[in-house]
Amino acid sequence: MTLFRRRLQETGKEMCFEATKMALDSAGLTRADVDTVVCGTAPDAFDGVAMKGEYLLDGCGGYRKPYTRVFTGGGTGVFSTIAGWWHVASGLADVALVVNEEKMSSCQPHPQSVFAHIWDPILDRPLKPNLVWIFAMEMNRYMTVYGVKKEDIARVAVKNKRNAVGHPCAQLADPNITVDDVLNSEVMAWPVQRLDISPPSDGASAVVLASEDFIRKRRIKDRAWISGVGWCIDSTMWTDRDLVFPEYVARAAKMAYKMAKIDEPRRQIDFAEPYDPFDYKELHHLEGLLLADKGEAPTLTREGVTERDGKMPVCPSGGLLGVGNPIAATMGMKIGELFWQLTGQAGERQIPREVHTGVSQAWGDLMQYGSVVVMRA
Amino acid sequence: MTARISRWPGIELTAADLHEGKVTQTRFRPDAKYAWSAGEAMSRFLEELQNGRLIARTCRKCARVLFPPRMFCEECFRPTDAWTYIRDTGTIETFSISYLDTDARRIPEPILVGVVSLDGASPKMGMMHYFGGMTKDEIRIGMRVKAVWKPKEERRGSVLDILGFRPLGEGES
Ligand SMILES: [Zn+2]
Repeated sequence: MTLFRRRLQETGKEMCFEATKMALDSAGLTRADVDTVVCGTAPDAFDGVAMKGEYLLDGCGGYRKPYTRVFTGGGTGVFSTIAGWWHVASGLADVALVVNEEKMSSCQPHPQSVFAHIWDPILDRPLKPNLVWIFAMEMNRYMTVYGVKKEDIARVAVKNKRNAVGHPCAQLADPNITVDDVLNSEVMAWPVQRLDISPPSDGASAVVLASEDFIRKRRIKDRAWISGVGWCIDSTMWTDRDLVFPEYVARAAKMAYKMAKIDEPRRQIDFAEPYDPFDYKELHHLEGLLLADKGEAPTLTREGVTERDGKMPVCPSGGLLGVGNPIAATMGMKIGELFWQLTGQAGERQIPREVHTGVSQAWGDLMQYGSVVVMRA
Repeated sequence: MTARISRWPGIELTAADLHEGKVTQTRFRPDAKYAWSAGEAMSRFLEELQNGRLIARTCRKCARVLFPPRMFCEECFRPTDAWTYIRDTGTIETFSISYLDTDARRIPEPILVGVVSLDGASPKMGMMHYFGGMTKDEIRIGMRVKAVWKPKEERRGSVLDILGFRPLGEGES
């Protein structure tokens, strides 16, 4: 993966090339070994290039190969890996390369204006909604129904920004941040404050997926196994859903757990990388992933269970809150961190006990989409 | 690998680099305009807004009163059956006190915005809208509210024919 920064000088193609080259080098492979390429990237309007998949193609190493661009909003961060996986699992490919990119700095003055175009043109758009509003609404519903205190939610931002200190690509790592810093930060759309939110970023990331046969034949030692995948989307009629629980994440998780033969997720999963574009989302998603009871995730956070040295480390990478949020390229943490933790290569971020099973999850579209991957050492 | 890799690619630019012209950029302002079809369900919905009424569709199979109205039931995956009016009163399901406008620019006076579930529709079904006639300290989830309509001659067949939702008075319906 590349550095995640508010602005990078490199173009999207150049960022893709850097990430792709790094992934191939680390697997000891070349472009010639790759059977198929999956590119994951979010709205074209961020980069300002329509048909962004084609635009990024050369940087992704995809030319003259079966190449597919996938996009499920923020959920692309985990979903593109699932799309790569099904190429290999079906036997169609031995090696699938997955490359995710986002260059959010192109859009002026702020990528926020692009999000105005995700809304229903008749029902929502005349009200001039801001994307932060819907997260604020979801967060408020979650807080009110379960009586969650803002300070317990702020603990997630503190944990993740501190965890990111050990991440070489991090944009917003902060070893000294406190709960008070978060609670005293600017109110953007109450209950969402500035430090509750991950930043817009430029960045790219890439992973190589290969069949068991190929890995054994080529004696690739750096490897972790995808043992379950799941994805699910809820209705676009978002004002008809109770926002308190992400049912679509729960369904995606159950699909992945079934495939991975996990029937007691809290006991069988060692650590998690849920999607954390906002601090409350980590809590929301932990409940969706069935790693916490409904309304229980804030308590687990307060008790330190989700710290890197806790019983269930959550976002040991530093997450989107600490490392940055180049939408699809967050695969660098969500999939990358599972791999690095499971192969004992996370360096300063390594969980201080042996871990065998990790789960990652991303979330997107109109608060309605969940993608889940279970990986084993 | 993070432990083994020594060079992480990416050249960071600061906002100052851009403003001082240290970086070559090219600019383009798109000029795309759209005329959306409102469709069958939304056309009737917008027409009824001009009359100061909220309309829904019913599905006989799941017995739901679907709002916003749609011509097919996504649950039963069949055409919906009939039109029915619902009330312009409801309950605040959630809300935000926003200091941001559409472009993430700061505004000094916050907008109160949220989701109202409407009386007469199936549980939890409703719409996003603004709130007024209450302060940011008074608004709460569970509050009973009623639509404030624009004067009839100013209605244009838009969700903005409703100015917002205000607190429902004691004994009022
Ligand atoms: Zn039905």
